[in-house]
Amino acid sequence: MRSFDYAAPVSLAEALALLAAHPTARVLAGGTDLLVQLKSGRRETPLVVDLKKIPELKAITFDAAEGLTIGATVPCCQLTAHADLRRVYPSLAEVAGLIGGTAVQGRASLGGNLCNAAPSADSVPLMIALSAQARVAGPQGLRTVAVEDFCVAPGKSILGPGEFLVSIFFPLPAPGFHAHYLRFIPRNEMDIAVVGVGVSTTVQDGKIAAARIALASVAPTPLFVKAAGDSLVGQAPTSEAIAGAATLAQAAAKPISDMRAPADYRRHLCDVLTRRALTATLGAQ
Amino acid sequence: MSTTTYHLIGTRPPRHDGADKVTGRALYGADLKLAGTLHGAILRSPHAHARIVSIDTKAASQHPACRAVVTAEDFPETPDRIVDLGEGDTPLSYIRGNMLARRKTLYQGHAVAAVAATSPQAAAEIAALIQVVYEPLPCVLTAPAAMAKGAPLLHGDLRCTEFGQPTTEASNVADHFRQVMGDSEKGFAEADVIVEREFTTSTVHQGYIEPHTATALWNNDGRLLIWCSTQGSFVVRDTVACMLDLPVSRVRVTPMEIGGGFGGKVPVYVEPVAALLSKKSGQPVKITMTRREVLEGSGPTPGSFIRVKIGAKQDGTLVAAQAYLAYEAGAYPGAMVAPAATCVFAAYDIANQTIDGYDVVVNKPSTAPYRAPGATNAAFATETVLDEIAEKLKLDPLALRLKNASKEGTRRADGAKFRRIGCVEVLETMKAHPHYTAPLGEPSHAEAKRGRGVAVGFWMNAGLPSSCTLNVHADGSVGLIEGSTDIGGSRTSIAMMAAEVLGLQADDMRPSVVDTDTIGYTGVTGGSRTTFATGWAAYEAAQDVVKQMKERAAKLWKVDEVHFADGVFSAGEHRLSFKELAARVGEVGAPVVGRASINAKGPGGSFAGAIVDVEVDVETGKTSILRFTCVQDAGKAIHPSYVEGQMQGGSVQGIGWALNEEYFMSPEGRMMNASFLDYRMPTALDVPMIDTAIVEVPNPVHPYGVRGVGEANIVSPPAAIANAIHAATGCRMRHLPMNPPSVLAAIQQC
Repeated sequence: MRSFDYAAPVSLAEALALLAAHPTARVLAGGTDLLVQLKSGRRETPLVVDLKKIPELKAITFDAAEGLTIGATVPCCQLTAHADLRRVYPSLAEVAGLIGGTAVQGRASLGGNLCNAAPSADSVPLMIALSAQARVAGPQGLRTVAVEDFCVAPGKSILGPGEFLVSIFFPLPAPGFHAHYLRFIPRNEMDIAVVGVGVSTTVQDGKIAAARIALASVAPTPLFVKAAGDSLVGQAPTSEAIAGAATLAQAAAKPISDMRAPADYRRHLCDVLTRRALTATLGAQ
Repeated sequence: MSTTTYHLIGTRPPRHDGADKVTGRALYGADLKLAGTLHGAILRSPHAHARIVSIDTKAASQHPACRAVVTAEDFPETPDRIVDLGEGDTPLSYIRGNMLARRKTLYQGHAVAAVAATSPQAAAEIAALIQVVYEPLPCVLTAPAAMAKGAPLLHGDLRCTEFGQPTTEASNVADHFRQVMGDSEKGFAEADVIVEREFTTSTVHQGYIEPHTATALWNNDGRLLIWCSTQGSFVVRDTVACMLDLPVSRVRVTPMEIGGGFGGKVPVYVEPVAALLSKKSGQPVKITMTRREVLEGSGPTPGSFIRVKIGAKQDGTLVAAQAYLAYEAGAYPGAMVAPAATCVFAAYDIANQTIDGYDVVVNKPSTAPYRAPGATNAAFATETVLDEIAEKLKLDPLALRLKNASKEGTRRADGAKFRRIGCVEVLETMKAHPHYTAPLGEPSHAEAKRGRGVAVGFWMNAGLPSSCTLNVHADGSVGLIEGSTDIGGSRTSIAMMAAEVLGLQADDMRPSVVDTDTIGYTGVTGGSRTTFATGWAAYEAAQDVVKQMKERAAKLWKVDEVHFADGVFSAGEHRLSFKELAARVGEVGAPVVGRASINAKGPGGSFAGAIVDVEVDVETGKTSILRFTCVQDAGKAIHPSYVEGQMQGGSVQGIGWALNEEYFMSPEGRMMNASFLDYRMPTALDVPMIDTAIVEVPNPVHPYGVRGVGEANIVSPPAAIANAIHAATGCRMRHLPMNPPSVLAAIQQC
């Protein structure tokens, strides 16, 4: 690892100024990806800007009328311990408890998981299923981007020069709403998703009123399969409806073969996991 | 079974190194920080097979933080010869060539050059400044590919030894041997059922947590001092002396505490390189591998191609067996296929056997021992074929094994005849174990299926030299000096054997593992030999103490004869406990120092069996281990907790080998999963509590009946799990690892 400088701004303005002055700086949240990348030589930077001291980036705010806002650097362990979050967004608390092990969860954040832009990020398909919005600060001010539009390539996001993620906003779930993230890993812990599926369904009067499905590890970015969720709308929550949506999710997947799994196996899992995840949310009615 | 009663042996006192290890005070190799230590880094080949056209070290040498650069040219020029440095006869050029490549690199990760610098970061940066021009060559990655006509050759000078005779043809096959007993053709002709199957197993790594590390100081007086993580300090001493053309007396090796080895820390990698860097720089040099370097540049254990054919009569009598074992040695010969041949049918009395073994070089790291090296691959084949025979004959799989089990007097195809062994007792214990007949329980979901499998395995164990010194202190405690790296609690087990003789408690003993100047020659901690052999040396040293103490008591009491029993010396009215007499030794003579050095014979061999319950998710192919029982013959369990620890550790490693571990190689020979994230060893959540049942059939030659227990326990798990997967799904698995994609593919095909 090459040596680097370190700065820890305490306000959005200070952070924006630092990033404007140092275009090759890298921002740091929990560091569970960045520091590993720096140590392995996969990334190099002359300056690491630690964002954990900025109030907007370390707060969890729940508004019963609006929804939930999670600062970009809030560690997973605070999410799993947050009472409102556990009550209103239980699937989010579950996924926060799934990333890494206990020690990693003390540092790792949903913001970092999103900005790292790995196709395998566990929290991203669920955030897409939850219709989450990323709030980004930059030289031109604040902007909001849907999470499904945030990642553009492996390791690359829509963040432009001088921009960073401030927080992620989750709208209030409607009555009859359930979400679930299901991943497949060969081990039971400390592994990268071979396939991950995040789903949400809203059932009203015995019919599916809304559904969203997103996949991990089967494309260059986390993959929002709008058609698969839309296919469920207006249907009763039957196994045939579920199988149809799973087939659409599988068809959208464009996995690669690598040391973690062959492509055809990943494609097969898209169907299995989508069916299982939808069965879980629709069975929860 | 064992009936002798002991006051200490068989109990579970706290280990002597326990407090230091749980508080983080134990000193491992990387903890050593000598004043002025430089940090070494090794430049490694990016190619699996390439000719080295040139190495330019100029830019590296000119870096301000650089203190030394070395390449293979820095090894002394001595003629090639055959040496035995603990792993059998090997050309010196191969051992040197693996430490720093000369002319060719033979695997990705092969060390090419090394530097010493003022910080680890600078060392890594400087190593990258070395300019190496390679001419990449086509590579071969599996035994069958390397044996094929026209395959690229790794070594221009390698000639196959065929049935013990040298041949003239250049080849990737270093050795082809055959063991024949009886007439297998005739045997198969008499068989009612014959099953013949082919198997492949992937290259796997031992996965010790502590990377290889060594600090070397080429002292101003010409002495070379080394502190390192090794399973055998004397092997390091002898190897370094041989590599650097020094007398062994010039090299002192201090073994630090070790964070696992499992065979992988028998070979030497970084010590001679650190020594050369220290010689050039005049300062101590430390080299610690990264995890990637450990996986790419140290020795995993062979992948293999195996064909096994077994014939049985209708009543289950095994009448003939044939094995074809082609093992991948990695870059240099030495695939440990001979022990595989010894173990492949060792559990069974089969009159007609033919076993062919091939030691094949491929463009992967030079392989190292791994816990019963060679036997696990072989048992995967034999024990799954037997399961198929039991199924065809509608016999209970343990009953089939018991009917044919090896016992005292059974001859193996390698010619050896078993002395008293515990194969039958292990199988009987498995059959009687509540696990074997317990209900499997309901699957956890609609797409899950459950099954149970069994298998047994054998490892012959090693003897080798061991030395021990006992210093009797005035307070009656005893300092125990030995040279066996303690990996699994051996220093306490060894001390208990001396204390048993002396009538002392474990807490009265002060065991130390010391450097090569301070103790007599001691072989590696390997071959499950340490508790057996060094414990035996401690027993003999304690007998020497008793003899000297009796002499002191005789002098003290002015009598001719002194008795010693239950820790008390006596003669007529006179009685003194060991401690009381120790306090008075000074009155009548010199301090008491007991000594023994032995070349242990008759290690006894150990059998171990596994009973495993699995649940297979038939939609994903994922196998979960629900319950696992390991049964093993320990001869005599000196400290049962450490015996159970070995059984559990071997079982878990066997589970990892069975389910997910593999070197995932690109077609160009690059290891694509060189991290513990992607080299998937089991975590605590992947294995249940491993139940253990210790069988004690004493080893007749050992004073306490000890058999080594470190290895046989890893041999059977992959086969037992394959048999359990078959019981659950109806599919036979013939490739390791049985990871989710391959199990799913089997389910979809069968």
